[in-house]
Amino acid sequence: MQFPILSVIVFTPIVAGLLILMIPADRKTEVRVTALAASTFALLLSIWAYFSYDVSAGGYQFVEKVSWLPQLGISYHVGLDGMNAPLLLLTGVVMFTGVLISWGIDDRPREFFAFLFILATGVFGVFVTLDLFMLFFFYEIAVFPMYLLISIWGWKETREYAAMKLTLYLFIGSVIAMVGALAMYFTAGMKTFDMLELEKAGFSIAFQQLWFPFVFLGFGVLGGIWPFHNWSPDGHVAAPTAVSMFHAGVLMKLGAFAALRVGVMLLPEGAKFWMGGVICLTLVNVVYGAFIASVQNDFKYVIGFSSVSHMGLVLMGFATLTKTGLIGSGIQMFSHGVMTALFFAVVGMVYDQAHTRDIPHLGGFRKYMPLVAVAFIVGGLVSMGMPGFSGFVAEFPIFMGVWQSYPWVALIAAVSIVITASYIIRVIGRVFFGQLPEEFEGHIHDVTVLDKVALVFLSAILIILGVFPGIMVPMVQSGVENVMRLLGGA
Amino acid sequence: MISGTFNPSMILSILPEISILVLGFLVLFFDLFLSKEHHDKLGWITAGGLGVIIIGCLLVIRPNESVLQTFAFGGMIRYDWMGFTFKMLFLFSAAITAMFAMGMEKIGKRGEFYLLMLASTIGMCLMASAADLIMLYLAIETTSIPLYILAGFITQDEKSTEAGFKYLLFGAMTSAILLYGFSLLYGFTGTTQIYKISNIIQSGGIPTELSFGVLILVIVGFAFKISAVPLHFWAPDVYEGAPTPVAGFLSTASKAAGFSVLLRVLLIAFPEILPYWSAFLVAISTLTMTIGNLLALTQKNIKRMLAYSSIAHAGYALIGLGSITYDSFFGMSSVVFYLIAYVITNLAAFGVVAAFGRVSGSDDIAAYAGLSRRSPALALAMLVAFLSLAGMPPFGGFVVKFIVFAAAVQANLIWLAVVGVLNSIIGLYYYLTVLKVVYLYRSEDEEKPLPIPRSYSLALGVLVTGILLIGIVMAPWLNLSIKSVVSLF
Repeated sequence: MQFPILSVIVFTPIVAGLLILMIPADRKTEVRVTALAASTFALLLSIWAYFSYDVSAGGYQFVEKVSWLPQLGISYHVGLDGMNAPLLLLTGVVMFTGVLISWGIDDRPREFFAFLFILATGVFGVFVTLDLFMLFFFYEIAVFPMYLLISIWGWKETREYAAMKLTLYLFIGSVIAMVGALAMYFTAGMKTFDMLELEKAGFSIAFQQLWFPFVFLGFGVLGGIWPFHNWSPDGHVAAPTAVSMFHAGVLMKLGAFAALRVGVMLLPEGAKFWMGGVICLTLVNVVYGAFIASVQNDFKYVIGFSSVSHMGLVLMGFATLTKTGLIGSGIQMFSHGVMTALFFAVVGMVYDQAHTRDIPHLGGFRKYMPLVAVAFIVGGLVSMGMPGFSGFVAEFPIFMGVWQSYPWVALIAAVSIVITASYIIRVIGRVFFGQLPEEFEGHIHDVTVLDKVALVFLSAILIILGVFPGIMVPMVQSGVENVMRLLGGA
Repeated sequence: MISGTFNPSMILSILPEISILVLGFLVLFFDLFLSKEHHDKLGWITAGGLGVIIIGCLLVIRPNESVLQTFAFGGMIRYDWMGFTFKMLFLFSAAITAMFAMGMEKIGKRGEFYLLMLASTIGMCLMASAADLIMLYLAIETTSIPLYILAGFITQDEKSTEAGFKYLLFGAMTSAILLYGFSLLYGFTGTTQIYKISNIIQSGGIPTELSFGVLILVIVGFAFKISAVPLHFWAPDVYEGAPTPVAGFLSTASKAAGFSVLLRVLLIAFPEILPYWSAFLVAISTLTMTIGNLLALTQKNIKRMLAYSSIAHAGYALIGLGSITYDSFFGMSSVVFYLIAYVITNLAAFGVVAAFGRVSGSDDIAAYAGLSRRSPALALAMLVAFLSLAGMPPFGGFVVKFIVFAAAVQANLIWLAVVGVLNSIIGLYYYLTVLKVVYLYRSEDEEKPLPIPRSYSLALGVLVTGILLIGIVMAPWLNLSIKSVVSLF
């Protein structure tokens, strides 16, 4: 039997979280060190899994299958393919940098890291699972720690409201999708929740058309699809830095990914039927999200709405149902995850020193924290889709895919690139350049070494992927081929 | 199949009841002869004794495959997996309740408290295995009367007295209606044996409307036990006034006993009119969960909130009952599975409330502020229990909710599953509101110690482990539930 690498990755965080809970509450350094050790371990394993995936062979690799509830056909079934391997790596990256950034948390760090790690197990689990029941199992494990993380360690002004709103939105989405999943299970009559089996169920076209919107939109809530995106900017803003990184960086991908895995891959005919509608919704996401981001004065809301806009692109790529569009989406999920984690890390660092996120009140931070400014500019260039950065590798195929099926949508969506450029440049100019306001004189210091490590690590990934797209494109391509096969080779 | 002659092996079928009775006398004996300062040992004797009985029963009288079901005592008792599963559940919750009770002032050191609780447990055990209407009625009364006293046990406390009295009045009224239903049933069929009624209804050509009407009278009696709408009014007042361990016992064991009877009577005596009663129960289930959840939203007292939440949970379990179809055991077994998880989870919730209330003296939700700093372990136990009630993985509540909703979808009641999931969102909201107070709010009492007696830590530890076990290792529990419902027939 081969080494069960995926299981080890999935359960490392939760085991570490439980260990952390056993450390006495006042041993804060031990808590942090344990957390860092566990996240480094998970990161290394996910890097290893990513690079030892055999692209030429394709399909699902590192598969493990253990019967769990045989009476209902539920099994613990995990596997890695071209679609989820980048996301596994992404989660490892964000978890590692999130721990580095959260080193300074002083209020009950034990509980903080424990909840964060429970969340991480849920996220890893959703990405690698091949069983529908397990998908919901992990999905909800990923949702509820969010509530505590935001409401306890979040921004005092809005945390209670935002945490509750977020949890209820996501829970509604997931339970609606769950009813859809149960309908699939019983209609298929195959007594299995295994998604690889359910792919072959041959649901009637009417059934697929009926249930697709429930499943896709149910998960789409977490992907931030308009008009159910409302929880997301509020949640991002209220969350503490590491949680915002996790949240925008990884959790929103969870929604998009599940919408693809369950919605598009199990109900392909439904997908074909509804895609025109979905593409219109995502168009609103892309343009409206960018537009709202450009009129925000709160630094963190800018990034929050930019996530809505970029996640719209991911879902738009799905909705094209073309190979190019899907490849773009696959890469965009990774690229945006790293980019937005970087953005939120920067926002957190600025806020920790300035104690305000009001853009007109900031300025001149470049002098005091040069590396932070550089990192933000890298993220900004990715966000604008500049060639040489990962954003280009991701967004260009999406626009190509959209052009193939709906040229006018591509034209409108392209407007968002201009708007994105405008708000990113505005933030760079206002926050990092210009004159440092007098009230900050002498209060602003450079960030810690750990913060710098995190920033350099994230920026490096974005540049490497932009310069060498070959480390991800063929892999996502092999994953997309599987999706295209289910869509009937279109 | 049913013979009137006595056979010594029949003793085995009521072994749990006999042993509980012996244990009750032991407790009384110790109560008399133990010196006053050792009276806090009474709880350990009860809990330990019940533990021994559980282990003994599992070893000696676990029904085996060859004698899956037999009648005993002239058809009064049926010895099957169904009864056995529920008996173990009752014994378990009684043991846990004893452990919670021993830490409480005014009840923990009084032998009669444990005796009454054991007497009630005997009644529940008989309820789960009664196969005759007369036996059933006796069992229900044996369960209820000690519970009335237990609810009003703290006589110095007006609220507790009121709780006991209210419970008694409601109980007596519904019990009369139930008895009226039984007498009509006997009048029409000429038998009190549950397993013969169905045949006679069929062959005797008793009109459907008539048997359904009688059934409604019977359901009224059981609906009171499980606190289904519209017979739920007693629950919040009684739970609030009764000593917390008793409230926990009422909301778990007593409710599960009601469901066990409901399952047996509906499925065995009235299978012909299944479409009627399942539609009726679907309606009750919708009302019960919706009203329970909506009213829980506004509660300021945690025991009242848990009371409404336990009403709502009866509604979820009723989804399973309403989803029973002729061709599948899924709906029935989902009810049994639901109850197993619910009993363990809700006991934990009430245990936390009891542990907190005995020190702080308050049951207001607002008083829980700062609990996570005062006692992180207790806060964590509360988190586990409440999230399990809300139906979050990896806790037991998630799995059983999933299975109950699955039963509804399988029975083509997709709308009912949707109502159920919408309700679980309301539920999540108010459970999270409490957890917010526990984890987020500060209070001046933060520095005050919150001592937790050993019996509480042990009991809560067992319960939290149980919640996780059900949530993660699901297969054996579902097997047990299926085995139980199959043995009914």
